[in-house]
Amino acid sequence: MAMAQAGILLLIAVIAVLASAKAHDAQFAIHMGLIAAIAMGAAIWRLRTMNVSAKAAAAAPTGYMDGVVRYGTVATMFWGIAGFLVGVLIALQLAFPDLNVEPYFNFNRLRPLHTSAVIFAFGGNALLCTSFYVVQRTCGARLFGGGLAWFVFWGYQLFIVLAATGYLLGVTQSKEYAEPEWYIDLWLTIVWVAYLIVFLGTLVKRKEPHIYVANWFFLSFIVTVAMLHVVNNLAVPVSFLGAKSYPIFAGVQDALTQWWYGHNAVGFFLTAGFLGMMYYFVPKQVERPVYSYRLSVVHFWSLIFLYIWAGPHHLHYTALPDWAQTLGMVFSIMLWMPSWGGMINGLMTLSGAWDKLRTDPVIRMMVLAIAFYGMSTFEGPMMSIKAVNSLSHYTDWTIGHVHSGALGWVGMISFGAIYYLVPKLWERQRLYSLRLVNWHFWLATIGIVLYAASMWVSGIMQGLMWREYNAEGFLVYSFAESVAAMFPYYIIRALGGVLYLAGALIMAFNLYRTIRGDLRKEVPMGGVVQPAE
Amino acid sequence: MAQQTGKRSLFSHATVERNVSVLFVLSFLVVTVGGIVEIAPLFYLENTIEEVDGVRPYSPLELAGRNIYVREGCYVCHSQMVRPMRDEVERYGHYSLAAESMYDRPFQWGSKRTGPDLARVGNRYSDIWHVEHLIEPRSVVPESIMPSYAFLATTDLKFDDIAGHLRANKLLGVPYTDEMVAEARADLIAQAGGSDDPSGVQERYPKAQARDFDGDPTRITEMDALVAYLQMLGTLVDFTTYEPLAEGNLR
Repeated sequence: MAMAQAGILLLIAVIAVLASAKAHDAQFAIHMGLIAAIAMGAAIWRLRTMNVSAKAAAAAPTGYMDGVVRYGTVATMFWGIAGFLVGVLIALQLAFPDLNVEPYFNFNRLRPLHTSAVIFAFGGNALLCTSFYVVQRTCGARLFGGGLAWFVFWGYQLFIVLAATGYLLGVTQSKEYAEPEWYIDLWLTIVWVAYLIVFLGTLVKRKEPHIYVANWFFLSFIVTVAMLHVVNNLAVPVSFLGAKSYPIFAGVQDALTQWWYGHNAVGFFLTAGFLGMMYYFVPKQVERPVYSYRLSVVHFWSLIFLYIWAGPHHLHYTALPDWAQTLGMVFSIMLWMPSWGGMINGLMTLSGAWDKLRTDPVIRMMVLAIAFYGMSTFEGPMMSIKAVNSLSHYTDWTIGHVHSGALGWVGMISFGAIYYLVPKLWERQRLYSLRLVNWHFWLATIGIVLYAASMWVSGIMQGLMWREYNAEGFLVYSFAESVAAMFPYYIIRALGGVLYLAGALIMAFNLYRTIRGDLRKEVPMGGVVQPAE
Repeated sequence: MAQQTGKRSLFSHATVERNVSVLFVLSFLVVTVGGIVEIAPLFYLENTIEEVDGVRPYSPLELAGRNIYVREGCYVCHSQMVRPMRDEVERYGHYSLAAESMYDRPFQWGSKRTGPDLARVGNRYSDIWHVEHLIEPRSVVPESIMPSYAFLATTDLKFDDIAGHLRANKLLGVPYTDEMVAEARADLIAQAGGSDDPSGVQERYPKAQARDFDGDPTRITEMDALVAYLQMLGTLVDFTTYEPLAEGNLR
């Protein structure tokens, strides 16, 4: 088995070396060289550990497969900090353009690096490791497929590295959130199908009669992302030895396909998947059942049905036919209902346990996440109304909206889940310090507020300046004047990002000490402990 | 978790949540509906793309320039989609038509205007303005926060495989003729000022602007290609013959 795997890896290395030597462009040559080196290294590692794995295989693995979850939490933290750091850097580049270093570190190459790092690397790893943890616990079954889960994990990291280095080298389709080129897309497809197999297989061999609600959300996220990824990235490469490809759709069709993908990257990657997280970790941390079973059924089906229609609201007043815009707007507004149903279901799970907010900053984090989920899913439908969108589109308001969702909802629920997971995974009594979690909570919260507030002001100001007319009927401001007016808000936004990053660094330190097995002596949260009744 | 009530109803959600295949198939069906209803009609409704005169496939040099625009991620800050509001039409020109991006792979409408819209930037500024602006943006627009792209002027354009690029587009339905593919390399050189007689490229690609764009006639740089692309943006459609209220253009 190990010999066969090493053989396959060596074969991949040889093919990659050949592809690198024959490549049509430097970027493709670098990527193939990178793949060759990694495959070579993996083959050597496989051969060296052959005896060990033979022994391990003799004793059939029992219990849950948590190694991959442990790696996943560390990867989540690592990519999170990397993504936030690039975010702070590009925020500062907008205020101080001299920070651009051409060509590799220009804003426009770093911005996809930032978005992909936080969405796909940080968010993706958080989803991978929590879904692997949750599906095992709620099914009472070990992950299906033996080492396949490890392939998914490492394969996904390779995707991230290829995508990230590609952006810096100029390998991009320039389709928002779908920037990686054809060969990286193909690789992700393979990894994603393996992910689906592991997840579905585990559900099939479950010991519980019912499939728990969190798994419905995880499953629909995996299935839908597979569909979106494949359709939106259909492309014809100029050469199979070069990075460049041309998408099969053009113009208006490409636009709608892209935003069907783009909005559901939000709807399924950043919402459905993280709702799966909410439906498991909130009840666990609060030690209360989910508020309403019926509401979760309604929440699930209405959410996944409605979300997929919302894409055209990214194309209001463009050359997309009006009927499609209107349809997108109507469904976006309807989407408000299941979103708030889900928010209520999450928040009301705390019924009878609200006092825990005082003593447990992890619960505080989760509650804030759900609150931000409610906030951004109200703001989103509002911005999808054509009249509002005519002002907000193309401005920083959109950026602010995305970040209240990403930093507030996705970030905070992931932090909460990981704070819950790490002591369990490393079998520690508790986190190193709850006080540090509290610091993280407040730094992140203030960071988000600064971010969202500054982008509201700058976005609405931009929109108003662009359409400002004077009494004689002339446009008042040149575009350049609107750029200059953004400066103070770009500074405040960057400051918000710095605070959020600082919180994540504190978290990393806290987790590191927890994993080491340290316990900080500290006064419990919430002041004096109440005497037992 | 399922609370079974006393009487059996016609359908119980427990059926779905006890069966992986049913859950899998049902959720997949539910998420496909929206996309099919919204996207599929765009491919067969004839009025999706307006009928206008003038839109043609990109010339080889323009295509190479467009690929640099795509590579550098210009769409992150610049839209190419003028909306039909009064202020946008006055600031940027006639609102964008779907026809104008019918050969755009990928589309570059953008979603954010950190910088101004570029859908109609063609022929608005001189070549030298573009070159200086790309080399040092703040030398011509003091308020600009655009990164510098000076390296474009010193990087030779790689166009050995330009015919392959046309061929890939042709495969996808862009009406490049065999002649256009065969002449791609020569057309690119001619349009970049490398030929005394660019009539061939201008015949194949009406309105193509042929000259040395970057101020350095000794070589063809990425700057040549990008400026050639910027200078043709939004210039193709003949709006004197466009009838927005014609039957086929109402959408």
